[in-house]
Amino acid sequence: MWAYVGRRLLLAIPTLLGASIIVFAMVHLAPGDPIAAVMPAESSQAEIEATKRAYGFDKPLPVQYLVWLGRVAQGDLGRSIATRRAVILDVRDALANSLVLALSSSLLAFALGVALGLLAAFRQGRALDKLASAIAVVGVSVPHYWAGIILIIIFSVQLNWLPAMGAANEPGVLPYLRHIALPTVALSLIPLGVITRVVRSAALDILSQEFVLALRAKGLAARRVFTHVVKNAAPQILTVLGLQFGFQLGGSVLVEAVFSWPGTGYLLNLAIFQRDIPVLQGVILVLATFFVLLNLAVDLLQTLVDPRIARH
Amino acid sequence: MAITTTLPRELDAVAGAPMSYWRTVGWRLARDPATLAAGAVLVLIALSALLAPWLAPYDPNAGSIRLRLAFVGAPAHLLGTDEQGRDMLSRLLWGGRMTLVAGLTPVLVAFVLGTGLGVLAGYVGGLTNTLVMRTMDIFYAFPAVLLAIAISGALGPGLPNTLISLSIVFVPRVVRVAESATVQVKGLEYIAAARASGAGVGAIVRHHLLANVLGPILVFASTQVSLSIILAAGLSFLGLGVTPPAAEWGLMLNALRQSIYVNAVVPALPGVAIFVTSMAFNLLSDGLRDAMEIRA
Amino acid sequence: MSPGNGAPPLLEVRGLRKHFPLRGGVFQRTHAWVRAVDGVSFDVYPTETLGIVGESGCGKSTLARLILRLIEPDAGTVRFGGEDVRAATPPRMKRLRRDMQLVFQDPYASLNPRLTIEDAVAFSLIVHGTPRAEARDRARALLGRVGLDPRLYGRRYAHELSGGQRQRVNIARALVLDPKLLVLDEPVSALDKSVQAQVLNLLQDLKAERALTYVFISHDLNVIEYVSGRVLVMYLGEVVETGTADALAQSPKHPYTQALFASAPSLDPDHRMERPPLAGDPPNPIDPPSGCRFRTRCAFAMPRCAQAPPTLLAVGARHEVACYLYEAEATVAAPAC
Repeated sequence: MWAYVGRRLLLAIPTLLGASIIVFAMVHLAPGDPIAAVMPAESSQAEIEATKRAYGFDKPLPVQYLVWLGRVAQGDLGRSIATRRAVILDVRDALANSLVLALSSSLLAFALGVALGLLAAFRQGRALDKLASAIAVVGVSVPHYWAGIILIIIFSVQLNWLPAMGAANEPGVLPYLRHIALPTVALSLIPLGVITRVVRSAALDILSQEFVLALRAKGLAARRVFTHVVKNAAPQILTVLGLQFGFQLGGSVLVEAVFSWPGTGYLLNLAIFQRDIPVLQGVILVLATFFVLLNLAVDLLQTLVDPRIARH
Repeated sequence: MAITTTLPRELDAVAGAPMSYWRTVGWRLARDPATLAAGAVLVLIALSALLAPWLAPYDPNAGSIRLRLAFVGAPAHLLGTDEQGRDMLSRLLWGGRMTLVAGLTPVLVAFVLGTGLGVLAGYVGGLTNTLVMRTMDIFYAFPAVLLAIAISGALGPGLPNTLISLSIVFVPRVVRVAESATVQVKGLEYIAAARASGAGVGAIVRHHLLANVLGPILVFASTQVSLSIILAAGLSFLGLGVTPPAAEWGLMLNALRQSIYVNAVVPALPGVAIFVTSMAFNLLSDGLRDAMEIRA
Repeated sequence: MSPGNGAPPLLEVRGLRKHFPLRGGVFQRTHAWVRAVDGVSFDVYPTETLGIVGESGCGKSTLARLILRLIEPDAGTVRFGGEDVRAATPPRMKRLRRDMQLVFQDPYASLNPRLTIEDAVAFSLIVHGTPRAEARDRARALLGRVGLDPRLYGRRYAHELSGGQRQRVNIARALVLDPKLLVLDEPVSALDKSVQAQVLNLLQDLKAERALTYVFISHDLNVIEYVSGRVLVMYLGEVVETGTADALAQSPKHPYTQALFASAPSLDPDHRMERPPLAGDPPNPIDPPSGCRFRTRCAFAMPRCAQAPPTLLAVGARHEVACYLYEAEATVAAPAC
């Protein structure tokens, strides 16, 4: 098992390096002069020269990449074209906001999805099961940015209960919750659908196993059967939860754009709009690193829970 | 992924004569009401998009300042008008063309390219496999939404760039499925039997391998269409996809977003169109998976 | 040495070896080898049936695939009709494949679920350039011969057939190219006893009709005794004893062969449990015991058994055994193969 853990850790390194190559290449994907992509138009000659040296634009691409990678490894993601602030600072603040949103929406999706999935499995074929299945299909089919707009229309425009945009300006828990409520719901729809489906099918699998049938035949109380199902389905459910949390972090761009939630997605959107390539690179690199590490953690956790996985 | 290709015995009894695999799948699909309904909805959407030039009552780009944000059911404008006074029904019909093209093309490209690469990696194995699969792993370092937005963001807006970025999202996914299906089938004895009979790689891949891996790959690709449509419209929504004044559902949704305080229903309509289409594709792919009995 | 007429062997196997690497650890380095087939030599003469028997995991299936060059050996040679199979160029190999065919063990995995059975049988012919219509006719004729009416079954798919019927299709597929040698890898072990007998009888009839040569691999001693003229006993990738089926049945020499016969259910009440039955599972072929590989389960193991592996010694006419117990008896000088 430890060999598997070590191997999995090692495999993450080329993946991360590959991701960094893609991010690095974005400067060159952008149409026009790479200098123009990373510098404001009105920069002085001295600034341009400094940036050229920093990026090593006069050197061959592999060298440029290594120079850039070396700076990234030291936490230097360059400077924003628009604000001239260090990208790392912007990304850090935004990441905190995105993490909160990803966490809250994952928790909501997890709580609802597990409940719905289990209910559906224990009421297989009945109305409740059909309802849960319908919710699951809707969850994975709905364009969440549109769902966000619908939520704004209902709860902000029509009912005027919750704010439509941004994070709270005034301090306190309640204003914060009021601002995060709608984005949380919008962002939870996809994982809600996915988790409901996975939980339902995992629970059905366990329920149909012979020993569970035997437990039921022996007249074991429904509650004991339920505990048994939950215990056995837990590893699978936790895996899905972990992966979904990762998707939430990267998938929140559209929802953050709808609600102007000041997270990484919003920052990314802003960067794209202002053609601020250094910020674009920084956000994506940080999110990808996060995503890879999270997947790694999920994998390793899975191995701890179920050592059979390591044998594959 | 386990691929189950055996069909229940009772089907033979019902059908009487022996049926080929694909005929059996068709037979099952034809008896699944939810899938049939989803299919009908999709045919309707595709037809209305295809026939938009003849169905649309107005020029989708012709606006009128006096008739802005007319309500649904307004005289002469069945679904109202948008923020520039353009007829919503006409724009939704025309918009379907763009959204469908932008959503379906990447999955199609991924199906072809991904099957090719995946079968190559799976069948040849060794260093080829390592190279192809590790390269694909790199793309898995990004969540789908982020990857699409990152590439589109760097490339800039426009339909061709949307197609490129979404194809890059979906190719690695198809490659993974194609590779694992290929590795699994390649180990089966009928492949060894074909080799023992002296068949070359080409004949084995054509007659024995593809016939058995295309099904699962197709099912997987069909599950991705809904996501692709949501992402394609999402890119336009962010201003990274189709550019104005073209009608496209995501773009329309974004443009109308500012008008929700004036008219709460019309701005929601493009999203309804995306939602219905994406849901129909999801139901269709669910039905297809059940009919082909593939357990993930 | 050949049965009767002194013809040259059809198949000559010499020192065949295949070790599979076992990878593991952080860097996926090879840390051990599975010694699936380790220095196996034998001859097969035209129209005889050579039975190969051994417990599962002893390398029988690997051996079958090595003979047909479906996998490449690490060492050793396979000669078919005097020709070195390993040296054959791809076009030559394709031609050779017509003469040597394989029947697989698993009747479910060995047929393409997307092909009708007549197409499955005809495929081999089409590969070798037979026109489609003719290939189909010949496939249908052969299906009829193996007991599947082509009008009833020709257009069916494998999943619509029973295990025994599938195995008949496999036999037809192997025979459609008119091979000289048929390697049968556990062809009946997945079938019910009653179906086994039918398929075995069919194989015997076909062999007589077409003057076929069989290499028949099985773990079932009863089946091997029934079909084989000569028998090769394998243990963990090595040959431990070889002789005629009668000689082995009447006086098995190697303790392993004795144990195999003792544990095989016999219907003869005078012929039961005189010898110690096999205890336990065979050791792992990843790390076989030193010296004689059977010594860990052998009732007669001696200290020297651990030191060096015994070589095959002739103990009777066409009867060889690799065991130190018989060194004194080994009088017949010429090795059997």
